[in-house]
Amino acid sequence: MTAPNALVIAGPGTNRDNDVSFALELAGATTSIALITDVAATPTLLDNADMVVIPGGFSFADALGAGRLFGLHLELRFGDAMRAHVAKGRPVIGICNGFQTLVRTSLLPGSLGHNSGGSFICDWTQLTPVSQKSVFTRGLVEAIDCPIAHGEGRYVCSPTDLAALAARDQIALRYASKNPNGSIDNIAGICDDTGLVLGMMPHPENHVLTRQHPRHRRGHTGHLGLALFTNGLSYITGA
Amino acid sequence: MRDTTALGHVGVTHIVCSQLMLFHNGLDEGALAHLLSVVADESLENSSLCMPAPATVERHFVDVLLHAGVTDPTAIALGEAARLLSIDLGEVSTGRHYEIHGTISAVDLERLTRQLLGNQVIERWNIDSPIDVAATRAAEAVAIVEFVPMINATAAELDALNKSRWLHLDPAEMLAVQSHYRALGREPRDLELETLAQTWSEHCSHKTFRALIADQYGNTITPLLRQLRDCTNEIDASFVVSSFVGNAGVVQFSPDHTLALKAETHNHPSAIEPFGGANTGVGGVIRDILGMTAHRPVACTNILCFGPADLDPALVPDGALHPLRIRSGVVAGIADYGNKIGLPTVAGAVLYDPAYTANPLVFAGCIGEAPADMPAFTGPHQGDRVIVLGGRTGRDGVRGATFSSGTMDATTGAVAGASVQIGDPITEKLLIDALAERHDLFTAITDCGAGGLSSAIGEMAEGIGADVELMHAPLKYPGLAPWEIWLSEAQERMVVASSSAQVALLREVCERHGVEVTDLGEFTGTGRLVVRYNGSELLDMDTAFLHDGRPQRSMKAVVPTPDRSKSNDVSPAVTDLHGTILALLAHPNLASKANVIRRYDHEIRGTSLVRPLTGPDGNSPSDGVVMAHPTADHGYAIGIGVNPWYGITDAEYMAHAVVDEAMRSVVAVGADPDRVALLDNFSWGDPRRPETLGELVAAVQGCCDAARAFNAPFVSGKDSLNNEYMGSDGQRHAVPPTLVITAVAEVPDANVCVTTDGKQAGNVIVMLGRTLAEFGGSHLAKVLDVTMTSCVPSPDIAAPVRYRALHRAIRNGLVESCHDIAEGGLAVAVCEMFLGGTLGVSLTDLGHTDAVTALFSESQSRLLCEVQTENFDAFLAYFPEAAGPVTVLGTVTNTPLVQFANIVDVSVTIAHAAHHSTTGRPT
Repeated sequence: MTAPNALVIAGPGTNRDNDVSFALELAGATTSIALITDVAATPTLLDNADMVVIPGGFSFADALGAGRLFGLHLELRFGDAMRAHVAKGRPVIGICNGFQTLVRTSLLPGSLGHNSGGSFICDWTQLTPVSQKSVFTRGLVEAIDCPIAHGEGRYVCSPTDLAALAARDQIALRYASKNPNGSIDNIAGICDDTGLVLGMMPHPENHVLTRQHPRHRRGHTGHLGLALFTNGLSYITGA
Repeated sequence: MRDTTALGHVGVTHIVCSQLMLFHNGLDEGALAHLLSVVADESLENSSLCMPAPATVERHFVDVLLHAGVTDPTAIALGEAARLLSIDLGEVSTGRHYEIHGTISAVDLERLTRQLLGNQVIERWNIDSPIDVAATRAAEAVAIVEFVPMINATAAELDALNKSRWLHLDPAEMLAVQSHYRALGREPRDLELETLAQTWSEHCSHKTFRALIADQYGNTITPLLRQLRDCTNEIDASFVVSSFVGNAGVVQFSPDHTLALKAETHNHPSAIEPFGGANTGVGGVIRDILGMTAHRPVACTNILCFGPADLDPALVPDGALHPLRIRSGVVAGIADYGNKIGLPTVAGAVLYDPAYTANPLVFAGCIGEAPADMPAFTGPHQGDRVIVLGGRTGRDGVRGATFSSGTMDATTGAVAGASVQIGDPITEKLLIDALAERHDLFTAITDCGAGGLSSAIGEMAEGIGADVELMHAPLKYPGLAPWEIWLSEAQERMVVASSSAQVALLREVCERHGVEVTDLGEFTGTGRLVVRYNGSELLDMDTAFLHDGRPQRSMKAVVPTPDRSKSNDVSPAVTDLHGTILALLAHPNLASKANVIRRYDHEIRGTSLVRPLTGPDGNSPSDGVVMAHPTADHGYAIGIGVNPWYGITDAEYMAHAVVDEAMRSVVAVGADPDRVALLDNFSWGDPRRPETLGELVAAVQGCCDAARAFNAPFVSGKDSLNNEYMGSDGQRHAVPPTLVITAVAEVPDANVCVTTDGKQAGNVIVMLGRTLAEFGGSHLAKVLDVTMTSCVPSPDIAAPVRYRALHRAIRNGLVESCHDIAEGGLAVAVCEMFLGGTLGVSLTDLGHTDAVTALFSESQSRLLCEVQTENFDAFLAYFPEAAGPVTVLGTVTNTPLVQFANIVDVSVTIAHAAHHSTTGRPT
């Protein structure tokens, strides 16, 4: 099969669109970046996308809360098209602000609050892939090293919802060591009940080459974030 | 709460902060509930539609709203949400509602509000009674052209006019304006006078750096800017594409890309409104880069100077803010702009000194990248349109250029309130995206910075002339007077020249990205700058007079003559070596800056290879940083040099030392010392005082000497003078001579770069360079709290040869780690190499027989290298005699202990704790 098409939806203030496109191309996808207005005006963009990506950034300056307005745009302007995309068995990944955006829509449950430390934090974390349901994390054995860069990354949900998430294998990724933001149950990423939609706070797209790891010069070979993208794409190609 | 307690409000138990939204036209309950259900998250927030509960003895409240005209992003976002939901919202203002619990007197509550909760420069507030919206509406203004009587004025009347209109011009300049208008036979219009004041301001015209200076012996000194340019021309480096032209310097390190480099200061605005000042400082320097043949910004830097964080609030000068508040505002402002616009903020420094209390310094830098084959702009051409791109114009930031060129006092915050603006990084991000898509649609570009349209269009019109209609300018709200439109420093705007044939396409591209495009007029070819409002003429000036009519300043300098005979002075007595090493590691200037650095996204773009923090736990300081695009083999390094404490004693050696420090920082991470471009940023006191100017003369001399020694050209610079605060007690508070040097250098192989952290037991630790008893301005003096008579570290003539040799050794893979020796001397540098890990080091030689000199002297041009035993001979072979001493100090061990040759041992764990102690750090 030819390389899957990944559509990165950009809006005013998204800023890791190029980073995630680079990672996806390295993982074997053909990517294109389209503005929200383009996607709304040209429905075929979504129709032709094998994977939809909501990139990191500060969409609409995070005014009224991270991802709020981007989420409203997604829901009100092409919410049905997004649900149809998932119904066709096609994956969606939202990273950082993309995750914050998706939890504002019907695509992912829960909320993301301000970090328990009170401020934006940029650091490296190690993630444990958990879910065998998520098409991005299933079958991954090794940990993933990648940076975080967010101020509102504390995953919040009720104890009942947490139990349900765990029971349905929707906890996709956990922080392996230090929990950087106070997320419940060390959650770094979750998927929807179909396993097709993944939202995660850390940035696997910024660790796709070994030399990008901060301890590369200490001989650390690192566990690339690239694995998540490769995994998600092989679900599409059936490889 | 920590800040509240620190400021002495001990009766306050807790403060609850809520977002306040005021709907001017009211809103029916259904619509409001609908809106709230969408914009508030029940699991995270409580929202209510009520008036606040009345205040009680134990519960007070403060409502804070932005002044009319200050950009309110939350209100804009609310409008956007309402539009999507088809709710008719009307006008909205947003702010904050604070509930203060505990006991506090009315006076203290007012004080707390001023200190912490609100800022009178951009906000107004009500205490214990709800705030009204009516007063937030922008006042209407009327357009009147006033002719200012001055052609027959006496010298005293000119002086009075200068003061009453806040022109900040010199008497000789006022006379030049007078004789110009006498010759024209008419009085100047008010807008003409304002435009001259902006264009001729220190901020825009650098008149001190262009001045004729006479020293105390009657010698004439070459204008400072010319000295720096001459120096660059002499060095004649092949990689310099352009220097000292336009908004930034341009260099080329790789065949396919050029880099644009620029560092700016935003000191005065940050002093009165720390968040907005620092925020727009970052936004401004990013636009400088955008203005260089449309280079795309790729990285940001910043250097911050604050008063002591633990300063007794009683010692804060009247009208100034507490350093704690300035610091949190500045750091948040920088983080906000850089993080949101999506640029890695990678290099910098944070300095503390009581002298920065009333004059904090904020240096913001940016680097941009463009394809090497990008043709240079040739315009503006006659007939090109004058096009403004980006943000709308409001009554914000009026007269910033003249404001920053004066001395501040207790009333500055209130009077200059209008000269501060809050940035909107997203608008600037859209501007970057739009400009990156098509660079071929305009013939010239410049950013709208200080002086607003008056500066930007005035500069572009130099020689060619322009005719501009201000009525077309898009406004944030109605009612702006024409002079406000012309001078407003509203952010996120660029001015471009575009041929009439291309305007439509430019509009199409920009509007697709959400960037507003406005055609204000034409570049005429008449050489005259004409500004109209609704057809009537407000300004008509010869651009030759505007740009070249300013008389050259003549200034007097008393150049300092420091006593340098004491370089072999006996070292100071240190009774507790162990305690002193820990005190140095914990000193606010040397302690970990992780809590600041981690507020900035330094990972975005995936280009950071050597980060500002490194080491086994990722929290040890780096010397420089290395950036490279993921697909590139080539990279570039950024290093910073700054040391105001040397400058107090010896400004010339200080300048030499900070150039050396910047050079060391980039060489240590793998850059080629023969491919280094330098940026100079001078923040000084009032140069009209001969002693202050004398220090500036000495510093420029030191800069030029060092640049020639290292063959490293200056490509761009910026001076910020008049960093003084006149206290209401009549006392001057001036900054120490603060020169920041930024080195940007080629890293020929991005896969071969080096970090500061020790790597492997058994490796040898080598010191490059010589140690002399040099303690002037040292941090040893600071922690011992003594004044040292010893001289400031002197230049080492062997440094250039040493750095070239080191670079060859690094390129050949012979250096495992490398760390420069800077403030605190060898003791601090060695400890820093092992922080956060399980390794240690056993040193048998310290490079000097006197323990205090060996451990704490700050002699320049020294570096520590870690080398594998089997590589040592090969390593040594790179260093000729002219490179100076290469001393084997000891060996890396598997024990987390730093052993200084049987003199003192420091546990790595204890050193780490000291380095990360909370003294002087933001929490």
